[in-house]
Amino acid sequence: MSDVVLSVKGLRVELEASGADIDDEVEFTIHSGEVLGLVGESASGKTTAATALLVHQRRGAVVAGGEVVIKGRDILSLSPVELRKVRGGLASYVPQDPSMSLNPALRIGTQLREILEVHGFGASDAERAERIREMMAEVLLPGDRQFLRRYPHQLSGGQQQRVAVAMAFACRPSLIILDEPTTGLDVTTQAHVLRTVKDLARTYGVAALYVTHDLAVVANLADRIAVMYAGRLVEVGPRDALFRGAHHPYTRRLLASVPDLAGKYALRGIPGRAPLPGKRPPGCSFADRCDYTEPRCIEAFPPYEGPEEHRVRCWRWEEIARLSLQNDFVPRRACDASRGATGPVVSAKGVRAFYGTTEALHGVDLEVRPGCCVALVGESGSGKTTLARAIAGIHPGKVEGEIRLGDHELKRDARHRPKADRQAIQYIFQSPYGSLNPRRSIGQILEPPLRTFFDLSRSEKEDRMVEALEMVTLDGSLLGVYPDQLSGGERQRVAIARALVAKPTVLICDEVTSSLDVSVQASIVELLVKLIDETGVAMIFVTHHLPLVRTLAQEVTVMNVGEIVETGTVDAVLADPQAEYTRNLLADTPDVDRTPF
Amino acid sequence: MSTPMENSVDLLPEGPEIPHVTASRRHRREWVQTAKAAWALRRTKIGVGLFLVILAIALFGPLIAPYGPTEFVGKPYRMPSATAWLGTDNLGRDVLTRVLNGGRTVFSLSLTATAVGMAMGILLGMFAGYSRRSVDDFTMRALDIVMAFPHIVFVLLIVAALGPRPWLIALAVAIGHAPRVARVARGATLEIVGRDFILASEMLGTAKWRIMVTELFPNITSPMFVEFGLRLAYSIGTIAALSFLGFGLQPPAADWGLMINENRIGVAVQPYSVFVPVVMIALLTIAVSLIADGLARAIIGIDRRTGTE
Repeated sequence: MSDVVLSVKGLRVELEASGADIDDEVEFTIHSGEVLGLVGESASGKTTAATALLVHQRRGAVVAGGEVVIKGRDILSLSPVELRKVRGGLASYVPQDPSMSLNPALRIGTQLREILEVHGFGASDAERAERIREMMAEVLLPGDRQFLRRYPHQLSGGQQQRVAVAMAFACRPSLIILDEPTTGLDVTTQAHVLRTVKDLARTYGVAALYVTHDLAVVANLADRIAVMYAGRLVEVGPRDALFRGAHHPYTRRLLASVPDLAGKYALRGIPGRAPLPGKRPPGCSFADRCDYTEPRCIEAFPPYEGPEEHRVRCWRWEEIARLSLQNDFVPRRACDASRGATGPVVSAKGVRAFYGTTEALHGVDLEVRPGCCVALVGESGSGKTTLARAIAGIHPGKVEGEIRLGDHELKRDARHRPKADRQAIQYIFQSPYGSLNPRRSIGQILEPPLRTFFDLSRSEKEDRMVEALEMVTLDGSLLGVYPDQLSGGERQRVAIARALVAKPTVLICDEVTSSLDVSVQASIVELLVKLIDETGVAMIFVTHHLPLVRTLAQEVTVMNVGEIVETGTVDAVLADPQAEYTRNLLADTPDVDRTPF
Repeated sequence: MSTPMENSVDLLPEGPEIPHVTASRRHRREWVQTAKAAWALRRTKIGVGLFLVILAIALFGPLIAPYGPTEFVGKPYRMPSATAWLGTDNLGRDVLTRVLNGGRTVFSLSLTATAVGMAMGILLGMFAGYSRRSVDDFTMRALDIVMAFPHIVFVLLIVAALGPRPWLIALAVAIGHAPRVARVARGATLEIVGRDFILASEMLGTAKWRIMVTELFPNITSPMFVEFGLRLAYSIGTIAALSFLGFGLQPPAADWGLMINENRIGVAVQPYSVFVPVVMIALLTIAVSLIADGLARAIIGIDRRTGTE
C-alpha cells in the first residue's frame, strides 16, 4: 500500500457542557488513493468524527484529545489562519446536502473560481478558467460558459452534488471527506456521483473518507470499512473481509439487517438501541444488545485487537471470527402460494390523479389480494405515493378512474366514504416524527380510531389498545407516554398500532422505514411480515428501495413518471426484469453481497 | 446524518423488554415545558419579580395607603415631606396614595383586553390557517382592513364615538389586537396543518372543529404564550395612553395614566407626581416584555450555556 495520508489517533470529541463523549478513541489511517467507508447508524458520532478531522464541530461540541495528522501536519495544533489554508486546500469536505452548501445567490462558476482564488491555485485567470473546465469535465458536467453562469437552483440535485464534488477536488487535495453526499439523491444519480468520486480518488491518489449509514453504498465504493457504534470504532478492516466474515458481533448483526436484492435471508433487526453520549457504560457499549456478552464485556471496553489491517474491539473476536456468519442469518421463508386465490380486495383501474391541472398519474391499474403484499416501487416523482394516497382517499387534487374496495367503488375523498370503508383502509405514514401528534399521549393517539369505528366502553378500548401495542411488540404500559419519550422505531410501531386498532383489511405503508436506521428498519420489516402472516391483512408497500421489496412483498409494481413500467411477482421481476427502466434501476441499486461463508 | 437525530430526552431500550414508564405530567402541556425552560433564564426571573411587585402594589396598595385617594393633604405641588412622602399633586392630594390606588384599572383592563383579543385572534387565525384557500384569503384580507388603522387610532375612534366605558375600552383594545394575534396564530397553524398527524385524523373522518381543538391547538400554545406577553405589554401602554388622553377613568379617580395628564403642567415644580406613575407603567411594560422575551428564547432555545438547541 502506498503512503499514509491521514492518520487519526485517540480522537475524542465531547460535549462542552457535560464533558460527555460524542466520540472517543477513534483511530484509523487512510492511504493515498484509498476510500475508507465510515459506517454508523444515527447518533453514532460518525459525522462529528469526520468534521473533527478538519477541526470543525457543531455548536456545543469540542475536540478534547487525540491526534489528527494529514500529510505529516498535525491539524489540531494549527492556528486558525493555517487551518483555513488546510480546509479546501490540503483537505476538503463534501457536505450532505448540496442545496444547502452552495450559495444560492452566486453563479456556480463564481463559486468555483472563488475556491481557486482563495487557495492561490493557478497563476492567472486564464489558468484558473482552464482548471474549472477541467474540473467540470472530471465530474462529467458541461464546462461551457453558459453552464457556469447558472445558479445552483437551475441545476438538478445530482448536478449540484457533482459541483460540490468538483469544488472539493478543485485544489487537488490530499484528503477528501464526504459526508453522506448521496443521501437525498435517486439511485441512478447516486450511482453517477459514487462512480465519479471513486474514479477521481483513484486517478489523483486522493485519500477519501466516505461517511454513510448505508452499508450497501460502501460495499460498492470503499476499499476498507470502519464501523462506528456509540462513538467508538468497533471494527476497521478490508471491505471483503468485513462483508464475508466480520469479527465484531455488531457488524454481523448490522449486515443481517441490510436488505439485499438476492433476498435469500430474512431481515433481522437488532433489539434495543445504542446508548447516547453521557449514558454510555464503562464496558462495551454493545454489551446489552449482544448475543455473546460475558462478564468482562460489562467491566471494560475492549482495546483494539487483531492484525494491523483488520482491527476489532471485542473481547471474544477470535471466537466470533471462527463462527460462521450463518449464525446471524435466518433463511427467508417462501411466500404462501395458497394466498390470493380469491379476488382482489382493493383494485384500481385507469386511475389518473392531478395536482392542480398537472396530471401526475396517467391511468394506472393495481390489484391487491387478501394476505398479499404488493410493493409499489419507483424513484421520487414516479407517482407511487400519489397512487397510494388516491386509494386511501387523501390525494389533495382531482382523481379520475375507478378505485374499488372488494365489490364496491370507493368515493374519492376519505371523508366522504362510509365508516366501513374508512375503517377497511388504513394508512401508515413515512415519518413517525410527523405522523404522531407530539402533544398527545400514546393512549390519546390510539383512541380516535376506536372511538370512530367501534362502540366500546372505556376498559374495552384500553384492552384493544394494549392488544395492538403488544402486536407491535411494545409494552402496554406505554399508553401514558408521549411520542418524544420514544425512539424512531418505537414511534413507527405506535403508528402501526394506530392502524391496527381499526382492524383494517388493507394496510398502506408509505416508505415506512425510510426515516429509520437499518437495524430498526429490519425489525419493522420483520414485524410487518409477521402481521401479514397472523392477520391476513392485504398490504400496499410503497418504497424506493428495491432490496426491501424482496424481503417483504409477493408482487411488485414498478412505476416511473406516473406510469406503470412493469408488474409481476417479486421473484420474476427482480430475477428477470422485462422493462429497460427496471433493469437500469436494478443495476444502479447499491447492493450488499450477503453470501455468508 | 440522513436519519433524523433522536431528539428524545428519555431513553428507552427498544423491543418488548420495555420498563414500565409512568406518564409524566410535564409532557401533557407544551407550555409547562416552555415556562420551565424560560424560568431558567435570568431575564424571566427579573421580569416575573418586577411584575409581582407591581401587581402587589396595584392590588394591596389601597390597603396600605396613608390617606384616601381624593383627600387633600396639603397645598398643590409640594415636594416630598414627612407627611406626604412623594409630595402632593395639582390639587394637593397625596401622590403616594394616588400611586398606590391607581394601578388596578391598568391591570384589570389590559389583562381583560389581552385575553379577549388573544381568544378572538387565535380562533380566527386557526380557522383561517386550517381552512386554507379562499376562506383563508377572505379572513386575512378582512383582518388586514382592521390592521390598516393604527391600534391607538382605532381604539380612539370607537371610544370617542361610543363613550369612555371601561368594558368598551377593553373590547376596543381587544379588537385591535385580534388581527395581529390572528396572523401569528395562522402562521403557527400553517406549520402544523401540513403534518401527517392532521391528515391521519382527517382520514378517520374526525370533525374539523375537533381536529382544531385536540390536534392543532396544543401544538401552537408556545408561540401564543409569547404573543400574550407581547400583547399585554402593548395593552398596558395603550390603556395608560387612553387614560392620559382622558378616555379612561374620569377624575377624581386615581389612575396612573390620568395622573400623568393631571400633573404634567407642574412637572418642573413637582416631578414626582408625573415620574412615579410613568416609572410604574414603564416598569410594568418592561417586566411583561422580559417575560415574553424569556419565553420566546425558551422556545427557540437560544440559551447556549446548556448546550441544548
